[in-house]
This record gives sequence, C-alpha cells and structure tokens, in this order.
Amino acid sequence: MSILEVKNLTKKFGGLVATQDISMTVEKNSITAIIGPNGAGKTTFFNMITGVYQPTSGEILLESEKLNGLKPHIVCRKGIARTFQNIRLFNEMTVLENVMVGMHAHLKAGLFGILFNLPTTRKEELDSEIKAYQLLEYVGLEDFLNEKACNLSYGAQRRLEIARALAAEPKVLLLDEPAAGMNPKETTELTRLIRNMREEFNLTIILIEHDMRLVMEISEQIFVLDHGVKIAEGKPEYIRNNPKVIEAYLGTGAVHAG
Amino acid sequence: MKALWQNYRKNKLAQGIFLLLYIGITSLSLYLAQKSVTAFLLLLASLLLLYFTSFKNVTKWLIAGVVLVILLPFTASNGDGYQSYMEVATLVGIYISMALGLNVVVGMAGLLDLGFIAFFAVGAYSYGIFATAQANHFMPFGHYPLSGESFWIFILIGCFVAALFGILLGIPVLRVKGDYLAIVTLGFGEIIRIIFNNLDRPVNITNGAMGLPSVTPPSLFGIDFLYPSQFYYIVLIILVFTIFTVRRFEHSKIGRSWKAVRENEIAAQAMGVPLVKTKLMAFAIGASFSGMMGVVFAAKQAFVDPTSFTLLESITILVMVILGGMGSVPGVILGAAVMTILNLQVLTEITNWLNQLSTSGAISIPDALSPSKMQRMIFGLLLILFALYRPQGLLPAKNRKYDQKLLQKGSKEANGDSLREQSPIENAQEV
Ligand SMILES: Nc1ncnc2c1ncn2[C@@H]1O[C@H](COP(=O)(O)OP(=O)(O)OP(=O)(O)O)[C@@H](O)[C@H]1O
Ligand SMILES: [Mg+2]
Repeated sequence: MSILEVKNLTKKFGGLVATQDISMTVEKNSITAIIGPNGAGKTTFFNMITGVYQPTSGEILLESEKLNGLKPHIVCRKGIARTFQNIRLFNEMTVLENVMVGMHAHLKAGLFGILFNLPTTRKEELDSEIKAYQLLEYVGLEDFLNEKACNLSYGAQRRLEIARALAAEPKVLLLDEPAAGMNPKETTELTRLIRNMREEFNLTIILIEHDMRLVMEISEQIFVLDHGVKIAEGKPEYIRNNPKVIEAYLGTGAVHAG
Repeated sequence: MKALWQNYRKNKLAQGIFLLLYIGITSLSLYLAQKSVTAFLLLLASLLLLYFTSFKNVTKWLIAGVVLVILLPFTASNGDGYQSYMEVATLVGIYISMALGLNVVVGMAGLLDLGFIAFFAVGAYSYGIFATAQANHFMPFGHYPLSGESFWIFILIGCFVAALFGILLGIPVLRVKGDYLAIVTLGFGEIIRIIFNNLDRPVNITNGAMGLPSVTPPSLFGIDFLYPSQFYYIVLIILVFTIFTVRRFEHSKIGRSWKAVRENEIAAQAMGVPLVKTKLMAFAIGASFSGMMGVVFAAKQAFVDPTSFTLLESITILVMVILGGMGSVPGVILGAAVMTILNLQVLTEITNWLNQLSTSGAISIPDALSPSKMQRMIFGLLLILFALYRPQGLLPAKNRKYDQKLLQKGSKEANGDSLREQSPIENAQEV
C-alpha cells in the first residue's frame, strides 16, 4: 500500500528548474532513498513535500490527501517530520527542550491551563518531559539532556534532530543527509538506528544520502535525480548496475558501492 | 579569602545571617536618615543579595515580600523623602513590568520591537479618556468622568486593549523580519503617538497636545489613591502578577515555541509550531503588561499627554532588556531597576550637587553639560560597553535544568521494555 504519492512535481526558481516532473510512489513502512549529484534538486524536493516551498506545478498526496498549499506546521500535523541537511537545531535551548518542541502539535495546554498551572497542564508537561527523555535514551543522548544543543558533537546533533522529528510522531520521516559528517562507527550505528526506527515507530522513511554503502544497505527502493529530473528508480541492485546512473552519478562512488 | 567565599556559597545559615544583618543595617539607616538616597538604594539592593542566596524559591519570595510590602515603605516613611522614594519605587515597578513584557517579544521570541511604548500609551489613554470629562466629547451615552472605582476594571481593559493592539500591529508587521521589523515597529510607535497628538479634530477624542488633565484618582472602599506611597502597592501587585505570568509562560509549550521561533524559524515550523500565531501571542502577551501599567501611570500622574510616549521611552525599555540580559527574567528585572534608578535618582542627584557647587561659585558648568541632559549619551555609552564586554547582559538567561533521576524513573515506569533497550546506539559517547 502506498502512503506518499507525488505526481509531476516541478519547482522553478526564476529561470532555474530545480525539479522537473518528478513522480514517485512510496510504500507504507518502506525505506526509500533519494540520491543524485550535488544540486540535483533533492533538498528542494523535500522542501516541497514539507511545505517550505510551494511547487510550481504537480501534486503531493499523503494517504490520498492533498498537501499542496499547506503551511509547514500543518504538514507536520498531518504526519510528515524531517531533519535538515544543514543542521537546524534550537541552539540556545537544551537538548531535552529541543525534543519537547517536537511535541508541540500534540500538546493540548491552553492559555488558561498554563496561566493557572492546572493539574491537566502539569501532568501533560511532566508526561512530555518523560517522553522526550525516552527519545533521548533511544538516540543515546540522555546524559546530555541539560546541555545546550549547540554544544553537542556533529554526529550527536544529527541524532538529536532525529529524536526531535520522532517527537512529532510522524507517519513519514524525511532524513536529509543524516550521515553527513559522521565517522564510520557513527554511520554504522545510524544504519541500525534507521532500521530499528522503522519497526519501533511504524515509520515510512525517505532519506537523501551521499554515502552509497549506507544507501545500498538500507533502502528497498531508490530514486535517482539528476539536474532536477528523475533518471532512474528501482531496487538497489538495479540502480547499482544502471548505466544512466553510473554515468550521472556513481562514476567514482561505484567503487564504494560495489 | 577564596575559601571563605566558597564556604559562604555553601552555607545557608551564613547567607541568612549576612542577609539579615544587611537588611537590618540598611533599613535602620533609612529609618534614621532624614533623606538618604544611598540608604534607600542599598535597601533595594538587598533583593539582589537575596537572589544570590541558595534558599528555596518560596523562602526567597517570602523575604522579598516582607522587604517590599512592609520594610521599605515603613522605614522610608520616617523621613522627608518618603513620597519621593515611593515615587521612584513605583516607577521602578512600572518599568520592570514593561521591560518584562518587551522581554517576551525581544528576548524570548526574538522580534526586535522599537515601538513598544505604544502599548503603554494605549493603556494610559484608555483610562485617561474615560476618567476625565474628555469622553463627553464623543460618547453618545453615559456621563464622564467615570468614578474612581472604575479604575480596577480599567486595569483589565487596559490589558486587553493593549493585547488587541499587539495583535493588530502584529498582523501587518510580521510579514517583515529582522531589521525591517525594527523599522516598522518604530514607525508604529511613532504613528500611535502622533495619532494621540492629533486626534482632537474632527472629533475631540484625545484632546491632542493639550493632554488630559485631572484624571480621576482610583478609589477603593471610599479611599482615594493620591500619593505614590499608595500607588506603590497597586504597582507591586501588578508586578507580581507580571513576573508570575511571564514565568509560567516561559516554562510552557508557548515559551518553548517562542524560543524555537527565535532560534530557527524554519525548524520550528517543520516541528509543528505555527509561526504567525506564536509571534502574535508574544506581541499580545508582551503588550498586555504595558497596557495595565499604562492605566496605573495615567492615574498616578493624573495627567496624560503624548510627550510621555516618545521613541526615547521605547529605546529606554529596550536598553533595560539588553542591559539586564535578553530572555532572562531576573536579568531584565535588575536591568530595569538599575536603569530607572540611574535615570531618576543618580543623574538628578549628581545634577543637583553640581548645581549647588556652581551656585556657590566653586565651579561653573554650562547648563548643556548637566548630567540629566546627557541621559541619552549615558545610555548610548552603556549600550556600547555592554555590547563589547558583556553582550549576554547583567544576569544572562539560563535554561531550565531538568532532573535526570526523576525522568529516568518516570521513563522506567512509563513502559517496561524501555526504548533504551531497543536503541541501537551505544551509550556514553563524548560530546
Ligand atoms: N531558494 C532557492 N532559490 C534559488 N535557487 C535555489 C533555491 N533552493 C535551491 N535552489 C537551486 O536549486 C537547485 C537544487 O538545489 P538542491 O538544494 O535541491 O540540491 P540538492 O540535490 O539537495 O544538492 P546537495 O546534494 O548539494 O544537497 C540548485 O541549483 C540550487 O542552487
Ligand atoms: Mg541537499
């Protein structure tokens, strides 16, 4: 069963066509990778799905519901959460608070509840603290709960972004280059984390990644973009041997992938 | 020396005794002195000392309550300077409240607002117009001025009207960001002042530049509030309410969303934080405190005119926030207190002193150089010094610390097979 469907998605920045007529169907509970050389339009594609950019034309459907034109925070409420290629944490806030912001849409407290610190608000707040802490445990950051986010190492920051996205309880999780800047050990852990997340939280995961070993190991389906156009899609074995892909992208990476 | 200090930091008893001695000596000297600004300021400073003790929060509030409600008014009441002290204390309270409101907008939500005094003006005029005969000019029913009892309701009205103005301002203004926002809010502040200045024609609503004289004093159970020593208590109550509210919001989902928007708008939105609503809420809540204090201000001065709401006032409040520490509630309180006292007491005292010297012929200082005229320059210098040497302010903002043990326990109780065991990540990594 498909959960996310994209039809003929095009984005133009003035004269520049960032993505052109991209269509894809993503199966529920699958891990999908989007690869392609720098500037291929991968991040732009994520930005359109999450409502950061409005597509010039085309449709985005989450469980057959149209997402076009929705504000990013509504898209999040509909069940799509993401991480960012250039890490975007709330730097001056603590690690725990970062995760708690991720729960924003699920917290019901109103002005009066907060002002008078009603028991329901207090309970909700405590529950969300505990849940945020559990997510930190899950990504192995619980000992840094009171640390400022900007003081974490690069790899830890990427994992914090994942925990924050999980806090939003998404159906679909978009990861933009989650392994960028990670050392090999961290990348291995990340690979396991992504697999485990899918089971644990019943997620559909789409990731953009340049690390071919990770992509080939983890994904069930791969889409390849080049100059804004989808040039191939299929299973890892198929993509690995696709001449078009090798020409456009894998040229040097093929060695690693093999 | 160092060991002594460390000991003091740890020893609550020592802190208590020292604090008690300090309060005792300063309040006694304030009581005995006929007019001593120094003693008055030193007694106020005891609150700072209190802030740095390691007592429980409740204890701190109790002690602060005793000092502010009983000790300060009582010891000051003995000398000639009673009303002038209370006037200063009242103004300090008003400014702290406004600075805390601006701190929500600038410090927490990260929206630079240079027209904040407008909300204070809105509050002041909403009481000023209806508590003078002015409202007769345009109101088709009722007779004005309203009685002094209405003051208490007007505190609420001022709160809501200012919040409404905050939202009305926010809707167009929030389309722009950063420096542009600062310019637009500056414009808004000036526009409000100019409107109040000119709204005497065609229908006379604000009485223009002439202002609104003889505003009805508040009254409660037949007692009229006429003196600063009486307004002091009204201000104190609103101030406590302000601090309490700001604290509640700060540590709630709303406070977190303000900070998230400040730190990274795109990420905040992607996590489900509605941008416009969050910013409007900051504007409205920030403005509401100013609105309340505006009402009090109008009643205290018994006179409202547009000259009290100039750009310089907006900037003064902003300086209080920056000086104290953006986003830090204790910092902003300290910043506002220091700035107001500097403005009202220290500068005027120095001016008086210099004037005395020049009349006695000891020195001669041109009038243009008198310290109270150099207020702007002194603010400017302070800002530059702080930007250079202490950009985070006097008492920098601190994040709330969560108790790991408690959360660990909660996490275990919440589900037997915790996520921790599911985690593929090894623990105890270095940061
Ligand atoms: N806001 C924007 N305005 C103008 N051009 C943009 C904008 N965002 C992206 N582009 C352009 O669109 C093209 C695709 O960019 P995008 O960031 O989607 O690439 P990418 O595949 O994510 O690349 P990378 O692997 O380097 O992250 C690039 O040429 C980029 O310069
Ligand atoms: Mg990218």
